[in-house]
Amino acid sequence: MSESSRVHTLVVMVENSPGVLTKVTSLFSRRGYNIISLIASETEDPIISRLTIVVAGDDKVIEQVAKQLNKMVDVLKVTDITGKETVARQLLLIKVAVETGTRVEIIELANIFRARVLDIGRKSLIIEATGDETKIKAMIDTFKPFGIIEFSRTGHISMVRGQKER
Amino acid sequence: MIGAELLLKCLEEKNVDKVFGIPGGVLLPLYDVLPKSNIQHILMRHEQGAAHAADGYARSTGKVGVCFATSGPGATNLLTGLGTAMMDSVPVVAITGQVAQHLIGKDSFQEADTIGFSLSSTKYNYLVKDAEDIPAIVEEAFYIAQTGRPGPVLIDVPKDVLMQIVTKTKKPVVRKHVLKKLATPKININQLNKAFEAIKKSKKPLIIAGGGIVIGRAEKELQEVAQKLRIPVAVTLMGKGSYPSGDDLFLGMVGMHGTVKGNYSIQESDLIIAIGMRFSDRVVGRSDGFAPKAKIIHVDIEAAEIDKNIVTDIPIVADCKEFLTNVDKNIEGPLNTEPWIKEIQGVNKKKPIPEEGIQPENLLQFINEYIDDKTIVVTDVGQHQMWSALYIHPKGEKSFLTSGGLGTMGYGLPAAIGAQVANPDKRVVLITGDGSFQMNLQEMAIVRQYSLPITIVLMNNRCLGMVRQWQELFHESNYSQTLFEFSPDWELLAQAYGIKAAKIEGKEEVDKVFTENYDGREPAFLDYRIDCKANVFPMVPAGCSLDEIWGCK
Repeated sequence: MSESSRVHTLVVMVENSPGVLTKVTSLFSRRGYNIISLIASETEDPIISRLTIVVAGDDKVIEQVAKQLNKMVDVLKVTDITGKETVARQLLLIKVAVETGTRVEIIELANIFRARVLDIGRKSLIIEATGDETKIKAMIDTFKPFGIIEFSRTGHISMVRGQKER
Repeated sequence: MIGAELLLKCLEEKNVDKVFGIPGGVLLPLYDVLPKSNIQHILMRHEQGAAHAADGYARSTGKVGVCFATSGPGATNLLTGLGTAMMDSVPVVAITGQVAQHLIGKDSFQEADTIGFSLSSTKYNYLVKDAEDIPAIVEEAFYIAQTGRPGPVLIDVPKDVLMQIVTKTKKPVVRKHVLKKLATPKININQLNKAFEAIKKSKKPLIIAGGGIVIGRAEKELQEVAQKLRIPVAVTLMGKGSYPSGDDLFLGMVGMHGTVKGNYSIQESDLIIAIGMRFSDRVVGRSDGFAPKAKIIHVDIEAAEIDKNIVTDIPIVADCKEFLTNVDKNIEGPLNTEPWIKEIQGVNKKKPIPEEGIQPENLLQFINEYIDDKTIVVTDVGQHQMWSALYIHPKGEKSFLTSGGLGTMGYGLPAAIGAQVANPDKRVVLITGDGSFQMNLQEMAIVRQYSLPITIVLMNNRCLGMVRQWQELFHESNYSQTLFEFSPDWELLAQAYGIKAAKIEGKEEVDKVFTENYDGREPAFLDYRIDCKANVFPMVPAGCSLDEIWGCK
């Protein structure tokens, strides 16, 4: 990665049509950029979808991609919220291996992270947590020594904070 | 009424008079009702030809060109043509047949993911799922193809939709977000004022006119501004024909094979006014060595072009014509540019032309004498294209058609057909090479069938000339796979298609043969055996800045 390369978060509002997601992602793929995460979901207006795209890339190239996204007929608005005051959250589901001796400790650790236990099996637990990137990473690191059987994370969704009163 | 009839009715309502296409299995319902419509169908021999013909029709008229192709290979064959139109901003609407909806996604016979593979080579595309949507889709497709920066739009119609009985339809309206997206951008007054100030202050201004001038029909406004303010004008390949070549302010083309004057003026200018051009790598050369002394005003209707290839000082997102009209209204002329104009005129490096053999420069300069405002010149891609760009000077509007961005060999003949069909009162001269011509020569059948009076000038050098030139210059003359060890007997080939033909081997015959064959209203095929070692100069090697000009003294 070059010096000006960093992780960007783009929020893209699109008219919900078939093919729009392919078009959006192809702008990244033709430049050889991997998308770190991409979330597409309905918005308050059912014909409009909100995409939250997290991608690492050169600032200038990302700016150009944003412009080219904007040029697409079905793209309504593109905002690069990198570096803005945002609230970002992602959801993690993690299946941790347990033994008789470790079950209680794992549940306690989950509580510290304000995570919930969703399923208790004989040899595993499924834990659900939400948080920002740092918290999710910390959780994964914490449970690693016990043995992570699998995990799935959503990638983050973000919103720019409202204006504060002075 | 069935879907196919409704589709044709909608096309008629959009004033479509000609379409270029080839039928096929899933398009049978469409072709079944086609004879009843007022649309003339030109049966091409390859779908790529149909797309290029629609492109030639569109470029030469400014109207939307329409092509038809069947599902699967028909649609994939269109793709090169659509990509060509996309790169050069040409309004084309392609209608492709698709397998019936219950067969989609099952790897059915002649099924291809047309929507998927055309995503990046069209401005927009549609899969029609219900015939009731046809009027709205056609309306919107034409709107998108023509509005803002033009481009190709594809409509994929499954066979069952073509056969569907339609009793009611939805209103043909363009969706709101589409109207909003493509609305002409409002010109930013602050930026405009900055541009005025810069222009007034400039001692060495230069206008670079791109394809946007041709597409936006801003030729007159450009001429007015340039002549009133006395600003020299250079053009890009796509901007050819946007400024009268006889004018003392005209510097010719810029870029890799630009004129010495054109490139010199970029490197020495203190203010470049780039209008409707996109700083293609073939124009810019080494980007950090481009116009080192100049501020740059960049005017383009497409915001995504701003700062894409070159970071500019005063970007203005606007229609070219509107910008020029504003400049004309707000700046008094002339500017004090006479010393600058003299300086440019003093640059007189020329490429030495050998005495022996048919030299491309001499041939084209001769043909150029015949070009009037009723002549459309079409080229293919390669050396002959660059020679044409240097030595042929179109006189009418929209009269130089060439594949610039995608550089599609095989573009020429079908595009010439499209242009001639669209402009029966004009003459079309196709300048092509023996490499390019062999990529779509099957379309000679159309030239004969419709007696299109196209003069085909084959600049025959028995090789893939441009690649050969690069091998000579950059790969120690290692002519790997560029010299044709076999070529057809061109005279016989043209005659097989019923086109009169002549072979010209000596330079003394150049004039006579052309004059004899250009007069009639019949197609002619002229096989000019040019010097096969001739190179295109001037040349700025790829990746070099524009002052490193090769081949001129």
